[in-house]
Amino acid sequence: MSSTSATLTKPRPATLPEPAVTAVPAPAPEPGLGHRIGASAWHLARPAVAIVAFLALWETAPRIGLVDEVFLPPFTTVLGAFFDLVGNGRLVDHLAASLSRALVGFAVAVAIAVPLGVAIGWYKPVADLLNPILEVFRNTAALALLPVFILILGIGETSKVALVIYACTFPILLNTISGVRTVDPLLVKSARSLGLPAHRLFQKVVLPAAVPTIFTGIRMAAASSILVLIAAEMVGAKAGLGYLITASQLNFQIPDMYAGIIAISLVGLVFNGILVTIEGRLSRWRSDR
Amino acid sequence: MSTPKLRIEHVTKRFPVRGTKDTFTALDDIGIDLADGEFLVLVGPSGCGKSTLLDLLGGLSEPTSGRILLDGRPVCGPGLDRGIVFQQYALLPWRTARANIEFGLEAKGIPKRERRALAEHYLELVGLHGFGDRYPHELSGGMKQRVAIARSLAFDPGVLLMDEPFAALDAQTRESLQDELLRIWRETGKTILFITHGIDEAVYLGQRVAILTSRPGRIKTIVDVDIDRTVDDVRSSEAFRVLRHDIWSLLHSEVARAHDLELATATKEVQHVQH
Repeated sequence: MSSTSATLTKPRPATLPEPAVTAVPAPAPEPGLGHRIGASAWHLARPAVAIVAFLALWETAPRIGLVDEVFLPPFTTVLGAFFDLVGNGRLVDHLAASLSRALVGFAVAVAIAVPLGVAIGWYKPVADLLNPILEVFRNTAALALLPVFILILGIGETSKVALVIYACTFPILLNTISGVRTVDPLLVKSARSLGLPAHRLFQKVVLPAAVPTIFTGIRMAAASSILVLIAAEMVGAKAGLGYLITASQLNFQIPDMYAGIIAISLVGLVFNGILVTIEGRLSRWRSDR
Repeated sequence: MSTPKLRIEHVTKRFPVRGTKDTFTALDDIGIDLADGEFLVLVGPSGCGKSTLLDLLGGLSEPTSGRILLDGRPVCGPGLDRGIVFQQYALLPWRTARANIEFGLEAKGIPKRERRALAEHYLELVGLHGFGDRYPHELSGGMKQRVAIARSLAFDPGVLLMDEPFAALDAQTRESLQDELLRIWRETGKTILFITHGIDEAVYLGQRVAILTSRPGRIKTIVDVDIDRTVDDVRSSEAFRVLRHDIWSLLHSEVARAHDLELATATKEVQHVQH
């Protein structure tokens, strides 16, 4: 009988806050094999439920005539188009074009924004001087500047990469500044009392303390890099996922268009997943994770 | 007589008051000598300039007049000849207990293998053997403070400065850490300057207790604590209670004065607003 009561009081994993996409191994509950399998199956399946429901709706809605099948083909049709694009290598080409632009722009932005943010955050006069102009730029939507970039840098790769750099720089820069400026003053004081010279203090205290905040900026930048890149590719490009989507739409290859959209979601998920993993590695010491 | 380990000589510290030409005197003509291996406790009401004094001793700021001598040499700037233990531990949260203890040793330029051995030794000294790989957030308040003490002892400073180190702990943990500190003090023979606002703590720990006045901070008296610490439950012995009461009386008038001063300032501000 004890097994029944124990099952009733078993900790409910459903209350744990977890990212929806990661499947967490179930904790080993003690009693009842059937319950145990059921619980772990639910644990593994739970994150997928909403996604499966969404795909099921996508599949059935056009088939039963809720939406026009021409404009929203069923999910399986889109999936077929997706694998055709993978098979004939077109998707890989477009993906490679988009990814190389996004990654180059993103990497350049990290290389510029982190050191600059550190300098601004560390030297208060620099911050006072630059903050107003940064506020202006930050609140100017990157896409609004796309025509400017095209006018100045032409329609080729440069303008797209430049736009990505621009869009990525601000989240990283602003988070780096706030990360450096909000380091616990007691830690700085304690390190200073050890007679640590400024550069050591910086390397051993300020930078590690700022890493989690900087990383939040990096993740925001990754998201916006894809956003602005796709938009830029939709406006003027001969390759890339954004181009694939608009070109397919113009040629009325609607399943291909949706396949491109799916590819973009997957890229975003993978990008974010990688950064979340790195972030977790770097901030294992935090009590809130 | 030999030179004192730490000499605070006519130290005065004034701060400019914002928006006026006045200055605020935080410390006024402070003079204390600490013999080598002595445990001295500073006790005072709020506003007696304890933190200011600690900043001066740590070399984080400079006295307006007077000087601080360590082993006969004037203190200029921060350095590893003084170790500070803060009330809020000041542990680096991204470093394990061991790596936190190694922090000061890195600043001292001690090679890696030796750092590791020293860290291990001091972990053991503060009773945290086996906790070296824990991060600060995985330790209780008392354990964090033990790590902080180990960190300050590890780089072998001439004096240990402790700024209300046990004030944030619960009563039981505080008592056990006080005992631990006395044991560590006896084992290491360190010179300790301990700042607190607890009279019990002062009498329990100190060989001498210096009582500070508030606004400005001055040394009111220095009381020798001459009680038998070998008996069980020292705190309830007659000698302890008498000393405790003496210091309480000395401090009580100061606390009352500090309170009145604060009230007077507040009232003045209120009148200012009303007019």
